[in-house]
Amino acid sequence: MATSVMKAKNKNLLRVEEIRRDFPILFRQVNGKELVYFDSAATAQKPQQVIDSIKKYYEFDNANIHRGVHRLSQDATVAYEEARITVQKFLNTKSAHEIIFTKGTTDSINLVASSFGKKYIKAGDEIIISEMEHHSNILPWQMLCEEKNAVLKVIPINEKGELVLEEYKKLLTDKTKIVAVTHVSNTLGTVNPVKEIIELAHSKNIPVLLDGAQAVPHMSVDVQDLDCDFYCFSGHKLYGPTGVGVLYGKEKWLNDLPPYQVGGGVIKTVTFAKTVYADLPLKFEAGTPHIEGGIGMAAGIDYINKVGLDVIAIYEHELLEYATDKLSRIPGLKIIGMAKEKASVISFVIEGLHPLDIGTILDQQGIAVRTGHHCTQPLMDHFETPGTVRASFAFYNTREEIDKLEAGIMKAIKMLK
Amino acid sequence: MPIEEIEREIIEEFELFGDDWEGKYEHLIDLGKSLPLIEDKYKTEDKIIKGCQSKVWVQSELKDGKIIYSADSDAIITKGLVALIVRVLSGQTPDEIVNAKLDFINKIGLKEHLSPTRANGLVSMIKQMKLDALALKSKV
Repeated sequence: MATSVMKAKNKNLLRVEEIRRDFPILFRQVNGKELVYFDSAATAQKPQQVIDSIKKYYEFDNANIHRGVHRLSQDATVAYEEARITVQKFLNTKSAHEIIFTKGTTDSINLVASSFGKKYIKAGDEIIISEMEHHSNILPWQMLCEEKNAVLKVIPINEKGELVLEEYKKLLTDKTKIVAVTHVSNTLGTVNPVKEIIELAHSKNIPVLLDGAQAVPHMSVDVQDLDCDFYCFSGHKLYGPTGVGVLYGKEKWLNDLPPYQVGGGVIKTVTFAKTVYADLPLKFEAGTPHIEGGIGMAAGIDYINKVGLDVIAIYEHELLEYATDKLSRIPGLKIIGMAKEKASVISFVIEGLHPLDIGTILDQQGIAVRTGHHCTQPLMDHFETPGTVRASFAFYNTREEIDKLEAGIMKAIKMLK
Repeated sequence: MPIEEIEREIIEEFELFGDDWEGKYEHLIDLGKSLPLIEDKYKTEDKIIKGCQSKVWVQSELKDGKIIYSADSDAIITKGLVALIVRVLSGQTPDEIVNAKLDFINKIGLKEHLSPTRANGLVSMIKQMKLDALALKSKV
C-alpha cells in the first residue's frame, strides 16, 4: 500500500481529464451550466466503452441465451457467461456458478430474504441488521419477520456514524439466524468493519449477507477473504447499466436454498407431478435475463479494472479529504457521518436551511447532489433531521468541481437565509 | 380577479427576469413570505401533504361561495411555489378551482417543480386543494 500511496502522489497515475473524456454525459449542460455530477452514489455515469458494448450487442449479437443451437444464440450465451466470469474474478469467488445475475441489489436481498426465510426462519428467530441500512436491506427482513413472527434486531451507531461493535456482540444470540449489514453506507460513507462482523457471526455459526452496492465502485472486494455468505451489488452504480446486479452466495448456501422466482430456464425437467430444478446458477435465474445488462456490467468492470481500483481508491480519498476540509469551513454547515474510514460520500446539513432548498439552488448552478432521506429514514431519525444534502464523488470528479460546490453552497446560503 | 388574469400577472412578473435564475428564485422566495399562513392549530397530521422531502400543510375554508386557502411549508422554495398557487386559486369558486389547469407554472420555467418525481409534494397539494374545493362545494 505504501508504494501505491507514493505512486499516487504522482497525479499522472489517474489522468482525470483523459478519463472524463470517456464519459460523454459529463460534457452536457444543465440549466445552462456545465454539469457537476456529484450523485454517483445514486447512479454512476457510463463510459463510452459500456455504452458501445450494449449497442454492439444489439447490432451484432442479440439472441436469446441458454436456449438455442443457432449461431447467434451460441455467441450471445458465450458473451453472457463470459460476463459472469468477469464478475467472478472481480469478487474472487471460488466458481462462476456462485454468481447469480439479478435485477440489482434490492432484488438480490429480496431473493435471499425470501429463500432463506422460507427454509430457515420461524417464530421467535432473530435477524440482525443495522441502524444505517438502506431500506432495501431493511424491508425484506422486516417483512419476513412480520410473516414469520420473527424478531428484527438493530445494531446501533454512534455519533460519528460508526457501528457500535460492542452492542453488536450482545445482539448475537442462539436465536440469531442471519446478519445483514451494509459494507459501505450510502448516506454516511462509513466503511464498516465487515471482516470482524463476519468473524463474530461465524463464531456462532450465523451466516452474513453484505450489501455491497456502495462498496464495489470504491474498493477491491474479495469475498473469499471476507468469508461472507452472501454479497450483493448493482451494475448501475458500478459504471454499468441499470436493471442488472449480482448476488454472490457460497455454493453450499445456493445449493441449499429453495428457488425464488420460477419459470422458464430454472428447470431440468417439468411434469405436472414434479419439477426438477436446474443446477447453479440457472436455478435462480428464471426467464430471459437482462442479457445486455450483464454484458454492459462486465464492460463497466473491465473499465475500472483498467483504471485500477487501488488507483481509484486513492484518488477518491484525496477528493474526499479536499471536500471535507472545504465544506467543514462553511459556517453553519455540519457534516453527518465522520467515521474514521469512509468512502467518498459527504452528507451535510446547514443550520436553518432545508436540504431540498439547498439542492434546488445547487441544481440551478448545474450541480447535481441528492437531497432527502436517501432511503435511510431510520438514519435520519437518529440524526434528527428530515434529510441531508449528499455529494458523492467518483473518479471522474475533480477538485475544480469541488470548488464549484463550495461556491454553490455559499450562494445557496446567501439566497436562502 | 379571474384565474387567467392572475396567471397572466404572474407570468409578466417572472418574464422580467428573463434568464436570470437568481432573480427568479429570489422573487419566488420573497413571494413565499406573503403566503397566508395556516394557523398552527391546523398543522395536524391529517393536514400534511407528504412529499418525499418537504412538508406542506393546506387548510381550506368556504366563504361566500368561494374557497379561501392558507398554507405553509418547511422548505422556502416550496413555500414560494405554494404561495403562487394559493394566489391563483384562493378566492375562486370550487368549479373554477377544479377546472384550473395551472399552466402558468410551466410558462414561468418552474415546471420541474411539478414533475411526478418531485419530492416536494406540490402535485399532491394541488390535488388536495381541488378535492377540498369539491368537498366544500357540496356545502354551498
